[in-house]
Amino acid sequence: MASLIRVGMADYKVGRSPSSLISYGLGSCIGISLYDPQSKVGGLLHIMLPDSNQARASDNPAKFADTGLPLMLNDVLKLGANKARLVAKIAGGAQMFAFSNATDIMKVGTRNAEAVKKILQRMGIRVIAEDTGGNYGRTVQIDLDTGVYRVKTIDRGEKTI
Amino acid sequence: MTDELSLTPIQLDALREIGNVGAGNSATALSQIINKRIDMNVPKVALVPIETVPDLVGGPDAIVVGVFLRVYGRAPSNILFLLPQHSAFYLVDTLMGREHGTTKRLDPMDESALKEIGNILSGAYLNAFFNFTHIAMLPSIPALAMDMAGAILNVVLVQLGQMGDQALVIETEFLAEDDGINGHFFLVPDPGSLSTIIQAVGVE
Repeated sequence: MASLIRVGMADYKVGRSPSSLISYGLGSCIGISLYDPQSKVGGLLHIMLPDSNQARASDNPAKFADTGLPLMLNDVLKLGANKARLVAKIAGGAQMFAFSNATDIMKVGTRNAEAVKKILQRMGIRVIAEDTGGNYGRTVQIDLDTGVYRVKTIDRGEKTI
Repeated sequence: MTDELSLTPIQLDALREIGNVGAGNSATALSQIINKRIDMNVPKVALVPIETVPDLVGGPDAIVVGVFLRVYGRAPSNILFLLPQHSAFYLVDTLMGREHGTTKRLDPMDESALKEIGNILSGAYLNAFFNFTHIAMLPSIPALAMDMAGAILNVVLVQLGQMGDQALVIETEFLAEDDGINGHFFLVPDPGSLSTIIQAVGVE
């Protein structure tokens, strides 16, 4: 039976068809899906911050793009995905509150998106779809049967990328 | 820096009491504006894993209105006043003298009114805070968003997330006498601010 697996903030899950992975209410956070269309194996990571430079040893690695992505990649490969076939889709990275004097921390969504793309490129994984920026929240869901990445919003409807 | 994970029961009590007086002030202010009795609960002061904070307000995909203020001064913090969507609409109808159930979406005037409510509540709260701690705290102009709770909470959580996996949340719930409005007021000190506040109340 197809199950819906929930991915929390600063968390990741991997799985295979016919499961779906979902993460609710992303603001400046980014939901990154990895998917191998042939083995129908994939994962979803919900990061909060671009890099773990200031992290403490006890910190949860799934909170950061630079430490979370390698972890998820490793688990997806263990499930039988082929790295050369893996493709990534990303969504999120909004700035929820508009301040005229927005500080760096307010723009963390943009920095998240940039960092994720850079890291994926370094890992040799293609980003084939992206829905980032704006000032609204998103709920993201990857269907591991089809690889369709569904992005739901409150005022702007739903789209698949 | 005080390690946030090692607050003593007395320190937590002190923070709770500050939260209590602050929230009391805010509740009085809100009550005067809408001319209804406002009940509040005893503030929760808790260290919570940041990924569970959205659950406090109905889950990460619940639709809420958030008024956000950045607090400047010796103990920089964030204030977030969260209202479930129906509460926000109810409050706006009350403020604008419209029949309840009129508001279906927020126009700029409604948003402005809600921002002002956030402003007044924060001012009342921070005044009480000052009386206890003698730390002057100045709120920024308010910003407003209506969206998923998780997305809105991201703003404060990201800042905390840079430093650790737990958030100190001083939270009070407001309830109007006719149950039409319930709101959550969060004061979330920046990681470094906590020790400043603890020192100021003299319960190191």
